[in-house]
Amino acid sequence: MSATVKNPTTVARTSERELTVTRTFNAPAHIVFEAWSKPELIMRWWVPESFGFSFVSCDADVRTGGTYRFVFRHPDFEQPMAFFGRYLEVIPNARIVLTNEEGGDGPITTVTFEERDGKTLLVLRELYPSKQALDDAIASGSSSTGGAGEQFDLLDEVIGRLTHVQHPHGTR
Amino acid sequence: MVQSQRAHLDAAFAAISDATRRGILERLADSDASITDLAEQFRMTLTGMKKHVGVLEQAGLVTTEKVWRVRTCKLGARRLREEAAWIARYGQLWDARFDALDNVVEDLKREKKRK
Repeated sequence: MSATVKNPTTVARTSERELTVTRTFNAPAHIVFEAWSKPELIMRWWVPESFGFSFVSCDADVRTGGTYRFVFRHPDFEQPMAFFGRYLEVIPNARIVLTNEEGGDGPITTVTFEERDGKTLLVLRELYPSKQALDDAIASGSSSTGGAGEQFDLLDEVIGRLTHVQHPHGTR
Repeated sequence: MVQSQRAHLDAAFAAISDATRRGILERLADSDASITDLAEQFRMTLTGMKKHVGVLEQAGLVTTEKVWRVRTCKLGARRLREEAAWIARYGQLWDARFDALDNVVEDLKREKKRK
């Protein structure tokens, strides 16, 4: 077994209404694509255990016009949750475009697989229908703190001190 | 850690390492102000002030809005923090997914080799 080096994941808001995630996999595109296109394989990675989720069922007909429905549980919720939508375009080993229909104003997800020297660069873009839709998605889920939480707390405190303490006529 | 988060924080801390820029943040906590107002108050050229505001804006600590011909500056730290925290968490989700996907990919590679 070769020791595999974990490649970094990058994520950024790349426009007013788009998020982009990238990751390189040490395998040719047809292998990475396979892991995206068979339900029994999707079940092994789509719902990360570290987030406390577990799959109940996974249906995916990965071809243009096909549909998917992922159902899973989380201990915080009594009822299972479903993610579902349609595959708008599927080009084997190259591109998957899918809708997210579980909520209103969901994004269109485009995944591309670019093979170079036996490795595959995966680029995932989530394009929301409007800036407002993405802002709302962020606002509705932004109470949580991520891994950078403590540093943001510190930054907040510094900014808070600058902007609240030293005003002659300001109240704290 | 997801890379863009670190860049975001670096930019924010670098921005507040400068005394003038801290002064600008204090000033904007009082009320929004135009670049011209700020340049006057800090006895600085417009170009110099534009540079400082640009650094704060890049770091997400200040937002600016052009209304007619006047660019107004306001504090923007809260939104940055919320958005950055959300994007960090979104990034962690994909990072965890892709770690698991890595394992699936390695298994598939091994299977194919055996055949």
